[in-house]
Amino acid sequence: MPIFPLKLTPPIATNSLKAAARFKTRLSETAVIRFLQTCAWISILTTIAIVVILGFESLVFFKGVPLLDFLTGRDWSPLIEPRSFGVLPLIAGTLVVSLGACAIAVPLGLASAIYLAEYASPKTRSLIKPTIELLAGIPSVVFGYFAITTVTPVLQFIFPTTEIFNAASASIVLGFMVLPMITSLCDDAIRATPRSLREGGFALAATKAEVSLDILLPASMSAIMASVILGFSRAIGETMAVALAAGSTPNLSLNPLTSMQTMTGYIVQVAMGDVPHGTIEYQSIFAVAGTLFVMTLSLNLLSQVVVRRFARQWE
Amino acid sequence: MVIAAKNLTLAYGKNIIVKNLSLAVGPTTVTALIGPSGCGKSTLLRTFNRMNDFVPSFRMVSGNIHYRDLDVYSNQVDPVFVRRRIGMVFQKPNPFPSSIHKNITWGPRINGFQGDLDHLVESSLKRAALWDEVKDKLNSSGLALSGGQQQRLCIARAIAMDPDVILMDEPCSALDPASTARIEDLITELKDRFSMLIVTHNMQQASRISQNTAFMLNGELVEYGTTSQIFNAPAQRLTEDYIMGRFG
Repeated sequence: MPIFPLKLTPPIATNSLKAAARFKTRLSETAVIRFLQTCAWISILTTIAIVVILGFESLVFFKGVPLLDFLTGRDWSPLIEPRSFGVLPLIAGTLVVSLGACAIAVPLGLASAIYLAEYASPKTRSLIKPTIELLAGIPSVVFGYFAITTVTPVLQFIFPTTEIFNAASASIVLGFMVLPMITSLCDDAIRATPRSLREGGFALAATKAEVSLDILLPASMSAIMASVILGFSRAIGETMAVALAAGSTPNLSLNPLTSMQTMTGYIVQVAMGDVPHGTIEYQSIFAVAGTLFVMTLSLNLLSQVVVRRFARQWE
Repeated sequence: MVIAAKNLTLAYGKNIIVKNLSLAVGPTTVTALIGPSGCGKSTLLRTFNRMNDFVPSFRMVSGNIHYRDLDVYSNQVDPVFVRRRIGMVFQKPNPFPSSIHKNITWGPRINGFQGDLDHLVESSLKRAALWDEVKDKLNSSGLALSGGQQQRLCIARAIAMDPDVILMDEPCSALDPASTARIEDLITELKDRFSMLIVTHNMQQASRISQNTAFMLNGELVEYGTTSQIFNAPAQRLTEDYIMGRFG
């Protein structure tokens, strides 16, 4: 027999108390879910709103300028009579600057990634990785000024014909802006390859370099491709550094030492300038932005397709 | 003796895995390493061709390993050279994600093989009893093969290097019984040409394919002898208990 008999509370009271408590939890639970849901929807709605506005305003523009003329025209002079809205010079400027950036960022990023993933000691890695990520935190406008005040003078020293605003210096700083992303994604991709693959290589009397370059690099190629596409997409969308360094002369040319205007650069010029709202030249920035959006969206989708193929590989 | 470990003590960090172990393996024999999980048999196996060099915490506390006249852990020895002579097949098939052809030719090519690569592919795959199944798809991916075929591809890859010794770390543990039987037949056929050291959990397998058997427990070599002696007349009580399935 227990010395202190168990104290029993009446069952009905207990149950109603429990029910009340449960109701309270359920209420706060619902509130939390609703709150989180709303937050998630805000970003979705923002995206939808931007796409709708871009589409709507572009439609206004395309009432004045036929889509075909816009996409195939080789002359872009929206602000000076006679006006002409051929977007090709802007696309050319964007592609020259972005491809140039990739030409710098891809080899450098890939090489750093191989070093980080396969060679660097944990200590070296813990020093280099944050430093590279620091590079990603430098504001874009700083890169732009760096291009004008440092990169361009060096370029002018080497190639005296270099203009003050030029695509090459924009490419170079843009390359370093994209570098952290490419390095980090390639590093992840190489480190994601299974250890058994490395061991298989070493067991066949391979050196570390042979395993890294011949086995691991091809094995992580699709993820590397995806990171390159994402880097390219980021370079296309980058604005401030490019607007500062490349200048504002629409130029259908492949010579990187001349001034070029990119799509983003044009949008900045018009959006910041004193172009009156409602005019065709004002509407044109929406058409350019829409084109840019289609380009980066398709690149991002493409990289996702590539990544999904990669994800299947090591199952 | 082809491979000989002498007074070997191995550790990961502070954990001693193998204690003062001596073991010598002769030419053209199959030697089975048996023992319960965690007894150090895989660690020992991976030490023979310096695969443990890639484990940062691995330490060779004392002793030495000789491959023929070569002191495997001497400072003057290039581990790549050791692995050229001592090949390895792993527990889980690990073909490279590239063509069957490249899986075979890669190792010999980077090690300066000058001969006919197609001929090498054919002869290696024939010796690994895989040729008939893959001869029409040498350019398709090694990963597209079944598990058993992948493991035979890994054996073919090891054979293509023309090694002296092949180390196998539970080569059948990831395979179905039919594939296991094929790999066992293959091991028996290959023993005239190579010395093989095979880590296995499966005592029936050890008795079927090996000439010599070493029984390890808690990092120590309990008994080493011919397979028929170990299985029919073990000298140690522990060996007998393990073989009879009383623990492990």
